[in-house]
Amino acid sequence: MWRWLHPYAKPEATFALNQKLIPWFAIPGLVLVIVSFVWGLAFAPPDYQQGESYRIIFVHVPSAMWAMGFYVGMAIAGVIALVWQIRTAELAILAIAPVGAVLTFISLFTGAIWGQPMWGTWWVWDARLTAQLILLFLYLGVMALYVAFEDERAGAKAASILAIVGVINIPIIHYSVYWWNTLHQKSTVTRAITRLEAPSIAPEMLWPLLVSILAMLLVCAALVLMRLNNEILRREIHRPWALQHLGISFATTDGEQSGKQENKKDQKGGADAV
Amino acid sequence: MLQANPVSAWKVFKQIIQRDIRVASRQRSDLLNPLIFLLIVVTLFPLGVGPGPDILGRIAPGVIWVSALLSSMLGLERLFRDDFRDGALEQMLLLPVPVEISVFAKIVVHWLLTAVPVLVITPLLALLMNLPIQAWGVLWLTLLLGTPVLSAAGAIGVALTVSLNKGGALLSLLLLPLLIPLLIFATAAVEAAVVGVSPAGPLALIGAFMVLSITLAPFAVKAGLRVSVN
Repeated sequence: MWRWLHPYAKPEATFALNQKLIPWFAIPGLVLVIVSFVWGLAFAPPDYQQGESYRIIFVHVPSAMWAMGFYVGMAIAGVIALVWQIRTAELAILAIAPVGAVLTFISLFTGAIWGQPMWGTWWVWDARLTAQLILLFLYLGVMALYVAFEDERAGAKAASILAIVGVINIPIIHYSVYWWNTLHQKSTVTRAITRLEAPSIAPEMLWPLLVSILAMLLVCAALVLMRLNNEILRREIHRPWALQHLGISFATTDGEQSGKQENKKDQKGGADAV
Repeated sequence: MLQANPVSAWKVFKQIIQRDIRVASRQRSDLLNPLIFLLIVVTLFPLGVGPGPDILGRIAPGVIWVSALLSSMLGLERLFRDDFRDGALEQMLLLPVPVEISVFAKIVVHWLLTAVPVLVITPLLALLMNLPIQAWGVLWLTLLLGTPVLSAAGAIGVALTVSLNKGGALLSLLLLPLLIPLLIFATAAVEAAVVGVSPAGPLALIGAFMVLSITLAPFAVKAGLRVSVN
């Protein structure tokens, strides 16, 4: 695995790989988002108890799921950054954390909107909700610690350690609905996929849900890769390959033009990242 | 030749404990202030929510635990800050014994100096908050099992932030989320005792937290110190 991974310790190689991968995540992701939303919002049958309002599940479940998934991804990047001292893995933490934090916020926000008609309250202090809120705080803590250090690499290492320590929370969130009798329902998707218990969701609802989960993953993965590329560019701006990519080098006329377009694109992405 | 004067881990452990207790005994205000803070915060609640005995008894476990959490945040920085400033921390990392041993000694001292006084005044706090008497023992047990978690998890946070100039607020931001489960189970145990249900379940979980944190925290602390000391 090391031999396969080794070239990507070089930021330039990771950058090139990401450039290739981004369209492969972004385009199917956007298509699937549209498919799952139209399918879920317009064609899936209404729930026999909750009526139409259950349809927020197509945003709520994917974001909650990947809020946890991206946290684990961030912690894995942290392990790689600490063990092999790979710079791009440190930048990956910085790239993943805001995306994960936004996912966590979306899941809490949609959960509140869903809870209002169903449970009659925006918020209850139940185990699942509280654990998800802790996850949001953990993301914020990782981001705050990252930028608190004068030396950026020290900040990255500290954030890696914190991310790894915070992984304890992930099984707590996942099993909170099984360990405690809470208001929040148990995971329907896990039950439907593992088939250990009878699935509690109709296949007409399950399929668009699975598609929306996949769509959320692809879109967010594309966002993370774009952020990662921005971070790499920002760090490597003095290197010849980065200048060449941005078109600031002494290139020929047509090379300059294509370079300028790229430059504009990256500036836009950079502004988003800030 | 190098083996001429071997340093045993146990000796280092004892030395660090003795040294830290001696250092702390010369700055008593550092030890007393969090305790006074704890007392004052607990005193504020009856004044804030009104002194009705049923309200106070009901919120007592939460108030006492939250106050204990906050006061432990207050004194936490002392764990490594002074040693970091005068260079002793660097020497500790260079000792020819595993850093985890020294870190564990630090955590033990911190627990002895901050948690034991809290355990001593717990009955007073319970009295002030009008906690039903059948829950006093359980409250004391949750604090006994829970405070090592505070010291161990706190050491991780301090290790990560000790080199920062304004680490205090950041420290709370990092640590309090990690400690929320502890708070939940501790208050659940005390509330169970108040209504007369067996608090064994939450207590067992707090015990598990304690074992997990004091065995694994030294490794994370070591990694954090390596980052901070550099």
